[in-house]
Amino acid sequence: MRVANILQLGIKELRSLARDSRLLILIVYSFTVAIYVGATAMPSTLNKAPIAIVDEDQSPLSLRLAGSFYPPHFLAPALIPHAAMDEGMDAGLFTFALNIPPEFQRDLLAGRVPTIQLNVDATRMSQAFIGSGYIQTILNDEVKAFALRYRAGTAPPVDLALRARFNPSLTQTWFGAVMQIINNVTMLSLVLTGAALIRERERGTIEHLLVMPVTPLEIMLSKVWPMGLVVLAACAFALLFIVEGLLKMPIEGSLALFFAGTALHLFASTSLGIFLATVARSMPQFGLLLVLVLLPLQMLSGGATPRESMPEFVQTVMLAAPTTHFVSLSQAILYRGAGLEVVWPQFISLAAIGATFFGVALARLRKTIGLMV
Amino acid sequence: MMDDQVRERPLGEETVVRVSDVSLRYGTRLALDAVSLDVPAGKIVGLIGPDGVGKSSLFSLISGARVIQQGRIEVLGGNMADARHRREVCPRLAYMPQGLGKNLYPTLSVVENIDFFGRLFGHHEVERRQRIADLLDATGLAPFRDRPAGKLSGGMKQKLGLCCALIHDPDLLILDEPTTGVDPLSRRQFWELVQRIRSGRPGMSVLMSTAYMEEAARFDWLVAMHAGRLLAAGSPRELLERSGTKSLEEAFVALLPEEERRGHRSVVLPARIGEDGTVAIEARDLTMRFGDFVAVDHVTFRIERGEIFGFLGSNGCGKTTTMKMLTGLLPASEGQAWLFGQAVDSKDLATRRRVGYMSQAFSLYSELTVRQNLALHAELFHVPATEIGARVEAMAGRFGLTGVIDARPDALPLGLRQRLSLAVAMIHRPEMLILDEPTSGVDPVARDAFWQIMIDLARQDKVTIFVSTHFMNEAMRCDRISLMHAGKVLVSGEPATLMAERGVDNLDDAFIGYLEDAMAGGETRSASLLESRATPPFTGVSPSVPAVVTPPPRGRMDLRRLLSYTRVEALGLRRDPIRATLALLGSLLLMFVVGYGISMDVDDLTFAVLDRDQTSASHDYVMNLAGSRYFVEHAPIADHTELDRRMRSGELSLALEIPPGFARDLGRGSRVEIGAWVDGAMPQRAETVQGYVRGIHAHWLADVASRRPGSPPSAGLMQIETRFRYNPDVKSVVSIVPGNIAILLMLIPSMLTALSVVRDKEMGSIVNLYVTPVTRLEFLLGKQLPYILLAMLNFMLLTLLAVTAFKVPLTGSVFTLSLAALLYVISATAMGFLISAFTRSQIAAVFGTAVLTILPATQFSGLIDPVSSLEGLGAVIGRLYPTAHFLTICRGTFSKALGFADVQSALLALVLAVPVLMGLCVALLKKQEA
Repeated sequence: MRVANILQLGIKELRSLARDSRLLILIVYSFTVAIYVGATAMPSTLNKAPIAIVDEDQSPLSLRLAGSFYPPHFLAPALIPHAAMDEGMDAGLFTFALNIPPEFQRDLLAGRVPTIQLNVDATRMSQAFIGSGYIQTILNDEVKAFALRYRAGTAPPVDLALRARFNPSLTQTWFGAVMQIINNVTMLSLVLTGAALIRERERGTIEHLLVMPVTPLEIMLSKVWPMGLVVLAACAFALLFIVEGLLKMPIEGSLALFFAGTALHLFASTSLGIFLATVARSMPQFGLLLVLVLLPLQMLSGGATPRESMPEFVQTVMLAAPTTHFVSLSQAILYRGAGLEVVWPQFISLAAIGATFFGVALARLRKTIGLMV
Repeated sequence: MMDDQVRERPLGEETVVRVSDVSLRYGTRLALDAVSLDVPAGKIVGLIGPDGVGKSSLFSLISGARVIQQGRIEVLGGNMADARHRREVCPRLAYMPQGLGKNLYPTLSVVENIDFFGRLFGHHEVERRQRIADLLDATGLAPFRDRPAGKLSGGMKQKLGLCCALIHDPDLLILDEPTTGVDPLSRRQFWELVQRIRSGRPGMSVLMSTAYMEEAARFDWLVAMHAGRLLAAGSPRELLERSGTKSLEEAFVALLPEEERRGHRSVVLPARIGEDGTVAIEARDLTMRFGDFVAVDHVTFRIERGEIFGFLGSNGCGKTTTMKMLTGLLPASEGQAWLFGQAVDSKDLATRRRVGYMSQAFSLYSELTVRQNLALHAELFHVPATEIGARVEAMAGRFGLTGVIDARPDALPLGLRQRLSLAVAMIHRPEMLILDEPTSGVDPVARDAFWQIMIDLARQDKVTIFVSTHFMNEAMRCDRISLMHAGKVLVSGEPATLMAERGVDNLDDAFIGYLEDAMAGGETRSASLLESRATPPFTGVSPSVPAVVTPPPRGRMDLRRLLSYTRVEALGLRRDPIRATLALLGSLLLMFVVGYGISMDVDDLTFAVLDRDQTSASHDYVMNLAGSRYFVEHAPIADHTELDRRMRSGELSLALEIPPGFARDLGRGSRVEIGAWVDGAMPQRAETVQGYVRGIHAHWLADVASRRPGSPPSAGLMQIETRFRYNPDVKSVVSIVPGNIAILLMLIPSMLTALSVVRDKEMGSIVNLYVTPVTRLEFLLGKQLPYILLAMLNFMLLTLLAVTAFKVPLTGSVFTLSLAALLYVISATAMGFLISAFTRSQIAAVFGTAVLTILPATQFSGLIDPVSSLEGLGAVIGRLYPTAHFLTICRGTFSKALGFADVQSALLALVLAVPVLMGLCVALLKKQEA
């Protein structure tokens, strides 16, 4: 192995990249605008939930209840007649429809325990669950406060002091921004390395490499390092200027440690890119393969939904994916300020996965490179 | 001089092309400098000149493929800057770009390629079939009719390109170096073909450039160009008279400006001396089989050190394959080869350093400049760093590349690219050169310079040179030559000996003689067309079928043209079944993965307790939590440091701290506070945890209260009856699966169409859009159709999977859902086109499609968070993006039992998206190269 060869071929990759202005624009976009938009679009858990109220009581209490739903958690409630409720829910105009029955206030004060009906569009999972909890709490509080004027109440004997750590106000933007970076790091590293190899093949330049004193290992490393470097730089930029600068997210842990973790992840993901390129025979095949690999990596690594709510089987399988460990170490370092003493298992896993991927990809490259001519 | 020439032209002759003061710049480089030229009609007009003088640029302007920057070009009586005239005239025009088979589709077979062009020009099936048969016979491609174009040899690709250009009986045929890389026999036949076509259709004008000076004499009229300007124009005889020379080659050199002429001198071939008999290359029974096809059949030869060994043969006879076996690029099926006495081994790096190889296809990095390419190869061949700069300069100077040292190869004409390839092959001063048609496409002056360099290397430095060529004057300069045909070496020896054996006075005749003998022996595998000598004059169309090419009325869409693109794409898909399989099976796989994997139901949350009370009351509180299905208890926490560490590691989603004296205080009724920390790193999960904890806490309080003696049974003030509609069990799958259909139907079709257009751009076949009558809309719709069908098939499979495997009932209108899906996949495929409009490389297209579809589809379209709850730009994108609307329809028809009337507004949005997206695509697609 000659380091000079790897260096020279790697510089060649960087030059090719620098030539493709459209690709550069896309990279810049995906690490700036896309991150910003992606992060800021995400609502805090319950944001502007559309709610409708069918008020058949029209009493002071029912008006008070209707007035207790306001932004940012809810959109201002739409007051609709009973007949419009089903239609509105069918069309997806609102996630919640609250039906306050006639004589609600009177029955309540008389202790007849009236029933309020809450309709939830359960196809909108995220809002349905948390929102109905919110609505119940609000209704109970309001009704209790209303009733207190008439009935005496007691404070509960045990208080629950509930605090969120690491992100006290539960700002979704912080979460979204970092996950967006992680997704883009994986996507870009796969695309750049894989496509770089396919391009050599499609343009016939691989033939030239094969008659030169260059080994497959050198060819592979010369794709891994420049592409890894580009992605690492883009990731650092996005983290420092977009996430920390623009989105004002406090970064708890050591950035150096995070970048070390990113580099390890890139080792694995760029190897995966090379592997995919040896499987695909043309760029269109590679593009499809990429979607097939990328989507599970993004959706199932714990960055979109919590790992513990996935089926056991999926959790186990996803342990083999570098993104799972990368997501977990990023969350630990960036949000929870974890140090190496906490995240070392993820580092070891990433190193092991990276080494395996690299080995498999190299073996596959050695086997197939002769057939690429 | 030029102007005189034009005026001298006999009056009354019709002019087919008039070029007036045309200039063209590529960036700062001036490719054409105020060129004015009148091309007479009904003649075979040749454009000659060295590489890079602007011949190809002029052709691309005349054919309408490139936008005219300055000046005026009239073709067939109209201005080519006028889009309407271009559209009217392009059915009468045929343009074959430079480069081997650049406008062909490599996965399509010979016959399918021609058929595609026939359809583009609107022939009927019977007529098309007849024409194709005629053309294949005339060019000798008939035996190869089913071979994919990508697998043809260079010369055969040229012939196929010609067939494609001739299919519609053009009035003006523009051929950019059609005979480059074509063997002498085929070239002779090519000219016969052109003559026969002309005798059948005397009105046709042919405009052709060539690198072969011996062909120049065959032209009726010649245009000599140099450095973006015209040198002279006239009949060959006129040119000879004017320059006072005997051959056109000399005439051309004589016409060159003084300083250019000085560089040229005749090639000197000193005799070979000091032969030491060392064998440099040896091949014994070298055989290569591809399936049943024997490409190289027991080839044996032995080449001495310092020898120049020429390899001749018809196109597709196995020369390139033999060379690839020598370099180790292809492992031999049988037999063996030795370089420098070492058996060829593809892993032997030491031998690679001693060999310089130049392949037939350009295989250098087009993103690097000429200098960077040279330097990179020098580095890789371990040229000492201190020498690299000087070596690069020297090679550039030697091969006439100094002027373009900082240009990129894809901006260079073929001839200059060939020079660069040769320079690269020689930069590390190899002891052996294996050169596959190194001079094809290179102008005569430069070719002589090449050969002088090679001869000097061989004679002075004892470099062994193994070279293949189609130029007989080059073959004459070899020490020995081998003639190959159909995978076998017919004969080897010194050129003079071979000529003597055949009793002829030139090598051309000797060559053809040997080939004819070989073919008479029953060998018909070659692409040659000797048989066709006996066929009657080719008239372009079979007499039985009249040539009726009725151009469709302007402004109307032509279904046949549209479908011809559909056919190409569909065939491409069929040839590449992996792509279609990936698209279908892959999306099913993704459906499973995502459908089962994503779950909004948050349970099995981890928690642990720092219990500083350790009483039955505190245990009771913890049991309350641990007993619920939402929480899983981990080992208790000992102190605050441990609590901190375990939360930081992400092990615990929730940590509880029960204060000392909890039981005591509870009993006394004094206020106690339980501390609960929730991991806020994932806000969504944290919210859910908080909700659960509050609920369980309240439940526990009520429980405690009810157990207290004398307390009244707890009853609320009211009841809240929560009805989870459409999905009563609140299962994630009901929400995710229909949403997933929407996402997959965006990602995959858009990726397919984006690459389909960008691939055309990268491969060069986009030129067919530029110069044929096909309109942009026809081009796009034609390409779109197969992918729409594929996506609809995909839709059906996904829906079936949702209903069967995931048991998500489809309660609403199937028709509505299908209609919406159709509209949606049209939008999705159009989305791909849109991305292709502003990307030029396939890498950028892949990345662009991933970036511009995955994020909006998965995050802004309501899969997880409803669009109405989004903020900022994401909310705007979500409202505009088709996925959001289709997702609404998907969920509505699947879970809410909705029908056509219920989802009208979402449908309307999808309907509107189609013309908007397609309109954008058409507007952004260029019908000419800028």
